[in-house]
Amino acid sequence: MWIVLLVLFIAFIFPFILVVINVFKTKGDITSDPLALIGAHGFTLKNFPEAMKKMNFWRVFANSFVITVCSTILTIIVSSMTAYVIVRNSRWRFCTIVFSLMIASMVIPFQVLMVPLVSVYGGLLGVLNHRLTLILMHTGFSVSMAMFMFHGAIKTNIPLELEEAAIIDGCSKWQTYWKIVFPLLTPTIATVAIINAMAYWNDYLLPSLVLTKKELYTIPIATQAFYGTYSTDIGLVMAALLLAMLPILILYVFLQRFIVEGVTAGAVKG
Amino acid sequence: MFAGPGTVLFLAVVVIPFIYGLYLTMTSWDGVSAVKPFVGFDNFAAAFADGDYWSAMGRTVLYSAVSVILINIVSFALAYMVTQGIKGQNFFRAGFFVPNLIGGIVLGYIWKFVFNRALVAIASAISGGNAPSLLSTPNGAMFCLILVSVWQYAGYMMLIYVAGFMSVSADVKEAAMIDGCNSSQAMMNVTIPLMRSSFVQCIFLSITRCFVVYDVNLSLTNGEPFNSSVMAAMHVYNQAFTYKNYGLGQAEALILFIVCAVVGVTQVMIGKRGEVEA
Repeated sequence: MWIVLLVLFIAFIFPFILVVINVFKTKGDITSDPLALIGAHGFTLKNFPEAMKKMNFWRVFANSFVITVCSTILTIIVSSMTAYVIVRNSRWRFCTIVFSLMIASMVIPFQVLMVPLVSVYGGLLGVLNHRLTLILMHTGFSVSMAMFMFHGAIKTNIPLELEEAAIIDGCSKWQTYWKIVFPLLTPTIATVAIINAMAYWNDYLLPSLVLTKKELYTIPIATQAFYGTYSTDIGLVMAALLLAMLPILILYVFLQRFIVEGVTAGAVKG
Repeated sequence: MFAGPGTVLFLAVVVIPFIYGLYLTMTSWDGVSAVKPFVGFDNFAAAFADGDYWSAMGRTVLYSAVSVILINIVSFALAYMVTQGIKGQNFFRAGFFVPNLIGGIVLGYIWKFVFNRALVAIASAISGGNAPSLLSTPNGAMFCLILVSVWQYAGYMMLIYVAGFMSVSADVKEAAMIDGCNSSQAMMNVTIPLMRSSFVQCIFLSITRCFVVYDVNLSLTNGEPFNSSVMAAMHVYNQAFTYKNYGLGQAEALILFIVCAVVGVTQVMIGKRGEVEA
């Protein structure tokens, strides 16, 4: 069975292997023989710097990075606080309404919201083309699922007695939350962080609608634009695709255990 | 208030656009002018009459059905194989998940290269002539889309099934073996029913993801050849942003949402009713 797995595994990563092989060949070589390990004209490193320059890679990478990190942090803070309030005040009608509304909204696909979103925030309010707008939007869309996960975690793992003890000892509500409850939510925080960060990093549709200026492009948008312009120069395209994949692949090599655990935990709880 | 920011953002980004969207379905706005003429339910009538929309929808249903079945078969098989205690199974688990790490756009372009160049080279070498690419025919493009989606999601669903496999305690399986089952009977009658919630979850996730496929559609085929591989989400996008029929696009998006929600929720309800405890 080990051999079956190995064969399947190679079949799975075969496309990636193909990209890596072809990045180091000249355009003509790739076209004439895409499967050869070394091109007839030899090993070339030229594709990388050219693609990086034409794609404006570092700027694009910085955009993706800033947006992903800020959105993830904001989502975690905001959703956990919302979940906390809903769990601790579960008798308030308002809280149950908000909770049910958020759960129900998880079925709504983005396509239903994208047109009004763009017309309200673009046409009406004109706040598009700011990274902050995208960060806030990302957070808004992710609050429902993240809140649901925190809600489950708080309900099952954080006994009320612990908080009451803290209040007796003189903590304010704010301190009770940040010093006692939040640290205890670490596993859920990790899960939410990983799932959402991956989604934000790879998101194409929402950012493409919000960020239309070239300097603000994120990696997926830049990849699509790059392909549109340079699709005939297949060597550059290979390099661009590899560059787009490299950050998350490198991260995966180091954090693979956490990522796999996070995704599994997220799926099981959700 | 504590819950303030979260609720406000949620309302601002989800609830208000949704309600505004409902209003938009009743207008014939072109996205630019300040006037939004009210047209009542005309857009819905137009949506039902829009042949392209229903072809795209039909294609999406076909694509989703086949993909969901294949994704779940492949991921279940993979999950089974990586929970047998084979050496290096953690490596394989991590490895099969890699396609899901990469976003749809990059995946689509990579496979476009594979289909258009690599496979064509292999096919040409075998047949000695100039073989056409799989992406150049409508059925071929559909096949390619399904293949890429299965490849993209199999690893992710595999992880869910792995969690499901691990949740079935070995004692139950042992008891079944003692009672006379062979291993395939044990699998069919004990393990799989106990993993029902994993199935429900995986099928729900794959249905909802496949119905609204867009990224891979855009990069792999971009609707080629000749708009024969435009899926519902792409059609909605084009209707609103390219053809500037915002009201009609929104109406079609709403119909897509209703279809997807009905299918997904029905599937979950049927699944949950049969759930068993050990």
